[in-house]
Amino acid sequence: MLSPDDTINQTQAVLNAENVDIYYGDFLALKGIFLQIPKNKVTAFIGPSGCGKSTLLRCYNRLNDLIPVFRLNGKITYHGQNLYDKDVDPVMVRRRIGMVFQRPNPFPKSIYENITFGAKLNGFKGDYDQLVEESLRGAALWDEVKDKLRQNGMSISGGQQQRLCIARTIALKPDVILMDEPCAALDPISTLKVEELIHQLKEQYTIIIVTHNMQQAARVADYTGFFNVRVTDEGKRQGYLAEHDRTEVIFQDPKEEATKEYVSGRFG
Amino acid sequence: MTSISEQTRIGSRPPVEKTADTVFRWAAIISALAIAGFLIWIVLQIFIQALPAITQFGLGFLFKSTWNPVRNEYGILTPIYGTIVSSIIALLISVPIGLGVAIVLSEDYLPTKIQTILVFLVELLAAIPSVVYGLWGIFVLIPFLRGITPLRGPGMLPAALILSVMILPTISAIARDALINVDVGLRQAGVGLGATRWETILWIVLPTASSGIIGGIMLALGRALGETMAVTMLIGNSNQLNLSIFQPSNTISSLLANQFAEASGLQVSALMYAAFVLAVITLAVNMLAQVVVTQLQKI
Amino acid sequence: MSGIAGTFMVMAIIPLILILLYLLIQGISSISPSVFVELPPPPMVDGGGFGNAILGTVIMVSIATLISVPIGVLAAIFLSEYSGGQLANWIRFATNVLSGVPSIIIGVFVYGAIVLSFKTYSAWAGGFALSILMLPIIVRTTEEALKLIPQEVRQASVGIGANDFQTILFVVLPAAIPAILTGVTLAIARAAGDTASLMFTALFTQFWPNWENKLAEPTASLAVLVFNFAIVPFKNQQQLAWAAAFILVLLVLLTSVISRLATSKRQF
Repeated sequence: MLSPDDTINQTQAVLNAENVDIYYGDFLALKGIFLQIPKNKVTAFIGPSGCGKSTLLRCYNRLNDLIPVFRLNGKITYHGQNLYDKDVDPVMVRRRIGMVFQRPNPFPKSIYENITFGAKLNGFKGDYDQLVEESLRGAALWDEVKDKLRQNGMSISGGQQQRLCIARTIALKPDVILMDEPCAALDPISTLKVEELIHQLKEQYTIIIVTHNMQQAARVADYTGFFNVRVTDEGKRQGYLAEHDRTEVIFQDPKEEATKEYVSGRFG
Repeated sequence: MTSISEQTRIGSRPPVEKTADTVFRWAAIISALAIAGFLIWIVLQIFIQALPAITQFGLGFLFKSTWNPVRNEYGILTPIYGTIVSSIIALLISVPIGLGVAIVLSEDYLPTKIQTILVFLVELLAAIPSVVYGLWGIFVLIPFLRGITPLRGPGMLPAALILSVMILPTISAIARDALINVDVGLRQAGVGLGATRWETILWIVLPTASSGIIGGIMLALGRALGETMAVTMLIGNSNQLNLSIFQPSNTISSLLANQFAEASGLQVSALMYAAFVLAVITLAVNMLAQVVVTQLQKI
Repeated sequence: MSGIAGTFMVMAIIPLILILLYLLIQGISSISPSVFVELPPPPMVDGGGFGNAILGTVIMVSIATLISVPIGVLAAIFLSEYSGGQLANWIRFATNVLSGVPSIIIGVFVYGAIVLSFKTYSAWAGGFALSILMLPIIVRTTEEALKLIPQEVRQASVGIGANDFQTILFVVLPAAIPAILTGVTLAIARAAGDTASLMFTALFTQFWPNWENKLAEPTASLAVLVFNFAIVPFKNQQQLAWAAAFILVLLVLLTSVISRLATSKRQF
C-alpha cells in the first residue's frame, strides 16, 4: 500500500511543513508538524477546537505575522522556497497564496471593484471587464450578479458574498487557496454550492480547507489531516498532527486510535 | 530536495510599493506627533513673549490690581478674581440644572423620539458661537436684569449667567453619558430592593456615575475659565476689584480681548504673562479632567 | 423630585429658544441681498452689508480646512491603524487637551508666532489659528469613524496581499468618508463662529480681501464683525451684527442637522 508521502511526491508537493513548532509568546501551540500539501488536490484539516488547524493554515500565507507574539520554528517551503526566509516578502506571499475567511468579508465597494482591487495590486493591465466575468464565472456567481455589478458587495446574500470573496481571491490567479471554515456562516444550500465550487476549483488551484464538519471533509477533500490536542506535563494544551492520509483511509481505515475515535464521533 | 524554480519563486515587492508604504507610515506618525508639538509650541511661544513681564513683575503680578499702561504698572488680581468667581457662579447654576437635564434624558421618562429631539436641542446650545451669546446678552439679558436687580449695565452677574448657559451642554452631555453607562443590573437591583425611582437615582446610579460626572464638571470648568467673547461683552471690563456681582469686573480672557489690539511694548508682554497664567490654569484643569474621565472609561 | 428635574429641563431649553427666537426676529428683518455684496457702512449710515466678512470667513475657514484635514486624518490613521500602546494614548491625551485650549490663547499664540514674524495681520494667520481649533475635532471624529470599520475588512485586504498604505487608503478610508465628512462639517461650523482666535491674527477691515497682496493683510470675518458691531452704539451697525449672527447660527443649525442625519444613515 502506498504511503501518503509516496503518492504526494508523485503528484508534487506545493507546500511542505518540516518540523514546524508554533509559539504564541512562550506558549507552544502546535508541535512537530510534518505535512506535505499536494498540488491540485484538496487537503482538509479536521480536528477538535483549539487543535491549531486554523493557526497552521494562517502560517501558509503569513497572516499570523499580524500577531506580534507569534513565532515559528522549522520550515514551511513553497515549491522548495522557505516562506519564512528573511528575504521573502509576506505581501508577495499573499498574492500567490490566497485566503477565504470564515465570515464573508467583501470590501465595502461595488462587486466589480471587489474583484478589480486585488488585480490592480498585482499590476494587472488587461481588460478589467473580462477579468471580472472570468472570476465571477470561476466562482459560480456570474449569472446571479451579472446585472448588478455596480451594486455594493455587501448588499448580496451571505452565500453570494462568500462566493464573491472566492472570486476576489481567484482574480489574482493564485497558486494556492486557503479556506478557513468557509461554510461555517452559510446556510445548507449555499454550503452545497461552495462545495461544488471547490470540486471545480481544484483543477486549477491547490486547496487547503479547515473544517469542523467531518462530512464536508469526506465530501470535498482528497487528503485529510487530523489534528488533535494533548495535555503536556505542565497541564497546557498542545496541538499536533495525529494522522495525515488519503481521505478514504482517514475515514474508513484510520491507523491512529485517536483518529478512529474522532471520525466515529466519540468525541469532538 | 526540489530546487526553487524561477517560475514559482516569490520575490520582493516592487521598491515603489515599499517606499510608499514607509512614507505613508511616517506621514501618519509625524502628523500625530505634530499635535503634541502644537501644544508644546503654544505654551513655549507664549511663555517666551511673557518673559520680559515675568522678569520685571515676578509673582507680584498676580496679586496687584492696578493696570496702568501709562505708567507701565500691571497686575491681574481683578481678572484672576473675575475669572474664578464667574466660573464658580456659573458652575453653581449649571451643575444642578445640567444634572437634572442629564437625568431626565437618561431615564425612561420620555418617549425616545422626544428624548432625541431634546438631546439635539441641548447639543445646539453648545454649538452657538460665543459672540452670538454675547450679542444676545447685551440686547436682551442685561436690559432684563436691569429691570429686576440693582444691575446698571455690564457686570459680573450677566457674565456669570451667560457662562452658565454656555457650559450647561458640556455638563449635561457628559453626565448623561455617564448615567447611561451605569449597568442596567444596578438599577434593577435598586428597584428590586424596593427603592423608588429617585432613591435608585440618588443613592445608586449617581454615585456609580460620579467619576464621569466629576470629569464632566471639570471639563465645564475648563471651558468657563477660558470663555472669552460672551464674557467680554457682558462683564464690563473694569480692573477695579469689586466684590458685588452687580458691579463690572474683568476676566483674564476679556482683558486680553480688550487690550491686545492696541497694546505695545511692555503692555504686550504683560498681556502675554496674563495669557500664560490663563493657559497654565486651563491646561491644568483640562489635563486633570482628562485623567478623571479616562478613569471612568476604564471601569 | 421628578418635578424639579423636569423644571430644570425646561430651564435649560428656555435660553436656547429665546436666543433663536430673538435672532430670527432681528436677523430676518436685517437680511437683504445687499448684505452679501456690500461693504460695512460707517456709523449712522443705513444700508451696506458685510460681503467682505462673508468672503473672509469663507477664505480663512478654507485655509484652515486645507491645513487641518490632512494632518488630522493622518494623525487619526496613526491612532487607529498603526499603533497600539503608550504613544497612542499620549497623542489622544494631547488631542483632548488641545481641544480645551481657549481660542483666545490660540489667537495670542498665532499672533506671536506668525503675525509678529511676518510683521502683518493676514488671512493666513487667521486660517492657521482656525486650523488649530479644528484639528482636535477632526482627529477625534476621524478616529471614531475608522474604528467603526470592522477588522474583517482589513483582514480581507491584507489577505489579498495589499500593502498597509493600500489597505488604509483604498479600503478603510473610503468606507469611513461619510463619517469623516460629518466631523469636518462640525469642525468647520466651530471655526466659522470663533471670534477670539481671529481678533489678533486677521484683525478686521472695511475692505474686500486683497488678492493682489496674497491675502497678507487684515481680513474681515463674520465672527469679528458681530463683535465689533455689537459693542458700538450705532443702530445701523448693530442691525448688521444681528444679521451676521443670524447667518452664523443658520450655518451651525444646518451642520448640526446634517451631522445628525448622516450619523443615523451609517453603513457600519
